[in-house]
Amino acid sequence: MVKYSREPDNPTKWSYLSMLQNLEQKKSFLISRKKYPKLIAAGMSNFFSKAEVTSSGRPVLLHNEVECHLLSAVDLEPEDHRHFSLLKSGLLILTTHRLIWLPSSSASTPTSASAIPLAAISHIFSSKKSLKSVFHSPRIRFQVLVSSDGRVFDPSSGSGSSSGSGSRSVVVTAVIRGKGDCDGFLVKFWDSWRARAWETTKTSSSGSGSASGSGAATGIGGGLYSSDGSVRMVGVAGILRKEQEMWESTDKSLQDAFQDLNALMSKAKEMVMLAEKMRQKLLSGTSSQTSGTNDEDMGSKEEMQDWLLSVGIISPVTKESAGALYHQQLSRQLADFVRIPLESAGGMINLIDAYCLFNRARGTELISPDDMLQACSLWEKFDVPVMLRKFDSGVMVIQNKSHSDEEVFARIKSLVTKPEALRTGISPTDAAMTLGIAPAMAKEHLLTAESKGLLCRDISPDGFRFYINLFPEIDPCNMYFVKDYGICSTWIKAVSTTGLGIGERSSTFR
Amino acid sequence: MQKLGDFKLPHFFNYPPYFTLQPVRETREKQIQLWKELILDYCRTQKIFVIRLEEEFPLFSNSVIERTLSHEAREAFLSALVAEGRAEWLDKGRRNCLILWHRIQEWADIIVNFVKDNGFEDSVMTVEEIRSGIESRGTELQGIDRTILVRALKLLEHKGKLAIFKGTSTDDEGVKFSV
Repeated sequence: MVKYSREPDNPTKWSYLSMLQNLEQKKSFLISRKKYPKLIAAGMSNFFSKAEVTSSGRPVLLHNEVECHLLSAVDLEPEDHRHFSLLKSGLLILTTHRLIWLPSSSASTPTSASAIPLAAISHIFSSKKSLKSVFHSPRIRFQVLVSSDGRVFDPSSGSGSSSGSGSRSVVVTAVIRGKGDCDGFLVKFWDSWRARAWETTKTSSSGSGSASGSGAATGIGGGLYSSDGSVRMVGVAGILRKEQEMWESTDKSLQDAFQDLNALMSKAKEMVMLAEKMRQKLLSGTSSQTSGTNDEDMGSKEEMQDWLLSVGIISPVTKESAGALYHQQLSRQLADFVRIPLESAGGMINLIDAYCLFNRARGTELISPDDMLQACSLWEKFDVPVMLRKFDSGVMVIQNKSHSDEEVFARIKSLVTKPEALRTGISPTDAAMTLGIAPAMAKEHLLTAESKGLLCRDISPDGFRFYINLFPEIDPCNMYFVKDYGICSTWIKAVSTTGLGIGERSSTFR
Repeated sequence: MQKLGDFKLPHFFNYPPYFTLQPVRETREKQIQLWKELILDYCRTQKIFVIRLEEEFPLFSNSVIERTLSHEAREAFLSALVAEGRAEWLDKGRRNCLILWHRIQEWADIIVNFVKDNGFEDSVMTVEEIRSGIESRGTELQGIDRTILVRALKLLEHKGKLAIFKGTSTDDEGVKFSV
């Protein structure tokens, strides 16, 4: 712990002095101060990073550094004078990377231009508005990290390694005695500090630096090209150039990425060509085969077909022969399986129901609806006792080949000519119960029978019912005539028993 | 026998599917035919000349079997009549239909016969008299719809069998026969 002692006459000097333990050092310091104020000033400003200045007094900006704001007649005050002494009345320049303080021309040499990297700033205090601040000059206070050797932590240089960087910090106050816009400066200060432009600078492409290296150095004082040959970012042109560099880097990284994709594509092309060759081989194999099939050949061929299928390629042989082995097997299996449900369902089962039953029975390795459909359509080529049938309404069913529509119609007709049915007709449910099939199937049958002219529909609040079709028997030119024997008279008889009013014998109506 | 007023209904009037527009083509054609005949018969005997679709029409429902023709069905049957020339739509919205159980030509013939039977060959009558005069009682012309009568008269005028002249009001429209 260092103890401070105040020097009565010059308060600004006390902290540094007190650091010098040795009286000798103290003495020499005091002497040198008087003799070589410039040297001391230079030593003092060792605290700050060096800021290079051109011959005309403009600061040399780093790569990608852009000036943001300027304030004149600014003092930089430390909180305590250990680190540096007051820098009076200079030009404070805010850039995207640094705070540069340039002494005014009336003061010392250009070598004392100083800079604080924004990276070293750990905190910016918000300005407190108080009654005092009305009378005082505006102040901007911020906290700077100090490395172990007493200098401002400079992230770009080797000094101030991570071990010493976070330990100490110093509050610096910039007193703005000039007429500049302090609030605006503060806002820009915040923005620049938060933007952390110095971090992106490191990762930016180095190509642009070398590209513009040919441009001369400080030949054009304060021009576009800085001393190291890289393009300097100034104003709008700087921003535009920065944009362009960003595009170029994106473009380059995209190109790199697509290199990989091109490699993949060329591999895929090889794969497709391989598959084509296989296909040709298979095709030629089948066509060249006559009567005697070599079992081995068939085996390997089947293997190839299976393999192709597993990769997702439908073997072209499928379309020519009886289909891929997988579908063949599936189709046979399905035909075997569906026999029992068909019997219990009365000879006809909805395709969707069959699908559910089949998959449930399989347990694992479920099949897709497409597979099911394909397997069913393969039945035509085989000799299986089942077939796939599509109704007009779009409903698809599996039915026994032995199933005949005529038989069903006969059964329906006998059902619908019963006295009860003559009076009130039948509903799909009634038919389902009598025929022993599912109601949906029964409805399909009834609709088919209707389209054949066997039945008529009756839609009413009571529901959807079917009656035997009497229309063919009625003669429009002789509407009141009813044949003695025929469905009409049967119907009349049946109806009359309920007292519907048509009680007399039909012959009297002629 | 079931009756509607004094009209004898055919047996199939109690057949429920008769009141549902059939989808199957052959069946539907038969059904339409039957309905057409029934409508014409009914209108002829009941002297109904206009059917209004939005009103209740006794023929279109059967309370015994609790069935009624839907609007779609009614329109279908009446349109079939129109297509055959036995009816005409009175408005574009197809809400009112003029039933011609006698075609206009037939009505014209009836008028000519009426004139001849009663010896009106050269005389003059008002339109109203033709409709409701003493002579027309008991004939088909009694209570004929005015629209139809006028159309028939116009047809005859076109043929030169008579001349229509306007009076002070529509009731006074007169006809001079020159049959």
